[in-house]
Amino acid sequence: MIEVRFFATLRQGRGKIAQVPAEEAAAALDLFRRFDIPAEEVSILLINGFHSKPEDPVKDGDVISLFPPVGGG
Amino acid sequence: MSDAYYEKIARINLSTGEIKAEPLDLEVAKKFIGGRGLGTKILYDEGVAAVDPLSADNKLVYITGPMTGSNSPSSGRYMVVTKSPLTGMIACANSGGIWGAKLKFAGWDALIVEGAAPEWSYLYIEDDKIQILDAKEYLGVLSEELDDLLKAKHGADCSVLNIGPAGEKQVLLSCVMNDKDRAAGRSGTGAVMGSKKLKAIVVKATRKQLDVIADVDALKEANKACLKIMTDNPLTGAGLRALGTASLVNVINGIGALPTKNWQESYCPTADKFSGETLAEKYLVKPGACFHCPIACGRIIKHDDKVIGGPEYEPLWAYGSDCGNDDLWAIDEANRLCNEYGLDAIGVPCTIAAAMELYQNGCIKEEECDGVPLEWGSPKAIIEWTRRMGDPKTELEWLMSAGSVRLCEAYGHPEFSMSVKKQEIPAYDARAIQGIGINYATANCGAAHVRGYMIAPEVLGIPAQLDRTVIDEKAVWAKIFQDLTAAIDSMGTCLFTSFALGAPEYASLLNAATGTNYTPDELLEVGERVFNIERMFNKAAGMKPEDDRLPKRLLEEPVSNGPSKGMVSKLPEMLPQYYAVRGWVNAFPTDETLKKLGLDECVGK
Repeated sequence: MIEVRFFATLRQGRGKIAQVPAEEAAAALDLFRRFDIPAEEVSILLINGFHSKPEDPVKDGDVISLFPPVGGG
Repeated sequence: MSDAYYEKIARINLSTGEIKAEPLDLEVAKKFIGGRGLGTKILYDEGVAAVDPLSADNKLVYITGPMTGSNSPSSGRYMVVTKSPLTGMIACANSGGIWGAKLKFAGWDALIVEGAAPEWSYLYIEDDKIQILDAKEYLGVLSEELDDLLKAKHGADCSVLNIGPAGEKQVLLSCVMNDKDRAAGRSGTGAVMGSKKLKAIVVKATRKQLDVIADVDALKEANKACLKIMTDNPLTGAGLRALGTASLVNVINGIGALPTKNWQESYCPTADKFSGETLAEKYLVKPGACFHCPIACGRIIKHDDKVIGGPEYEPLWAYGSDCGNDDLWAIDEANRLCNEYGLDAIGVPCTIAAAMELYQNGCIKEEECDGVPLEWGSPKAIIEWTRRMGDPKTELEWLMSAGSVRLCEAYGHPEFSMSVKKQEIPAYDARAIQGIGINYATANCGAAHVRGYMIAPEVLGIPAQLDRTVIDEKAVWAKIFQDLTAAIDSMGTCLFTSFALGAPEYASLLNAATGTNYTPDELLEVGERVFNIERMFNKAAGMKPEDDRLPKRLLEEPVSNGPSKGMVSKLPEMLPQYYAVRGWVNAFPTDETLKKLGLDECVGK
């Protein structure tokens, strides 16, 4: 399974965490589509804690974190 | 006057009671802009670097920038500049709210407070008129209540800056509060006010806006352009309003850079319990904004039966994972106590975390804890020890109120103090984010995140996404961020605008307001000048090259858990690169660098 974690406004209507069978997503972008998230709404995409691109591959056991624009100091 | 300055500084000697209006030297003002830059220049020239910070010889400069109080976005900042009793070096604590704008509306660019009052006093400023009034009846009064009392006396349209009981007792982690929940938070500025027996400064102004702008139409155009950039930007236009700085808890934890249990770990599995998302869901009433700010990053929260200013990211982290705690109500309460007692909401919880590690290792004994053991994750401990540090009585309470360096040295474990230049490090693990370590090590005020916020490029992708794990080019980035930040602070504009604006926009605002003609590069050079005179202040105050450092834990103990497991800071490789970019040798500017920056007064020193 791939674990998808949603944060900030991306939680609206999606909850905090979703599990997706690994065979149903080859790249992070497939997860955007699955959860109906426009790519431009994702400001920070982490795969296992590291900044990644939507086209980067995902695999079984990965943790994907999706953030809209957030920040501060 | 038509240059965004009122060209007037009040010099108030509390020892003699003498109050003088002095002309602002416009040439010097424009060379250092104002705020942080001009404040440091004044103190450097007046020899304050050499004085005992808690003696009558120290001076407090409350200073605005030319943009403070203007109609530009997020232009309500003022700074408290002094010699820090915590670090022994320059302190420049920056705050928002409306107090700074009111000081400017009253017709003052800055106040220089010197000497020490024979009895507890406060300043009442009403336009040109400044009075020293008796404050004895307000001794021991908490910050928010004092704000109410002074408004009841002088009118609801005044603005109040004050110290709580912590500042009165010269607690080294005390701060200056204004407008109830805004703080000039770091480096112990509250203790300097306390040493001068100065409890508050109340400002009332007839003016409601600045009437000294150089080119009103040009500023209107620049404001409009900048406001559009900020509202179109998803972070300054919506993101910060929605979740505030608290939104960072989950991001920083997500990359494994959220220091936990005094930096023994860097990932907290329960961080979502004290995140911005949870704060918004459980307690948020509405966003809060400082003077003329479209960002509105502040959190107005419901806390029991009261509506108060809520915690920012830093105290959420420091009272949260750094103390091994995930009880959000307890964090709100501890943060409230910081505001009421007038305490640095970073330094205090970080020192509690250090005390918890001392307790974990059996150095602090249970019998010293007076019924509240310093156990990891104890909501009671973070609340009660904050209260105690705000009004210390026992030996341990006094030690903790003096910060983690003095505490950990007293117990024989200086390595447990996560600090630089005796100031506690903020909420981003420099093992997991390489560039921020340069800023922690070299910030002139001691460890700080807001003197060159490398989190923007290394984590948030602003203005470009850098790889947080490598050191390539980080020295150059850090220098540019530090210089731009110094310029923004000197203008009196909020640093958060820089998530959307860049040097060209700041130059357009400043030039319209003051009639200068800075290019973006020249503006950055002013910032560099400011950073360098701060460094020369520190040199005169006794700073040594080895003070540009990070704690051993960050250099030698790899991250123990989470996504960044195994990483250490590579500061020793970055620091020489940074000095080379700065034109410094052994941590200090060369004479050639000083001359290039027009700092002739520092040459040969």
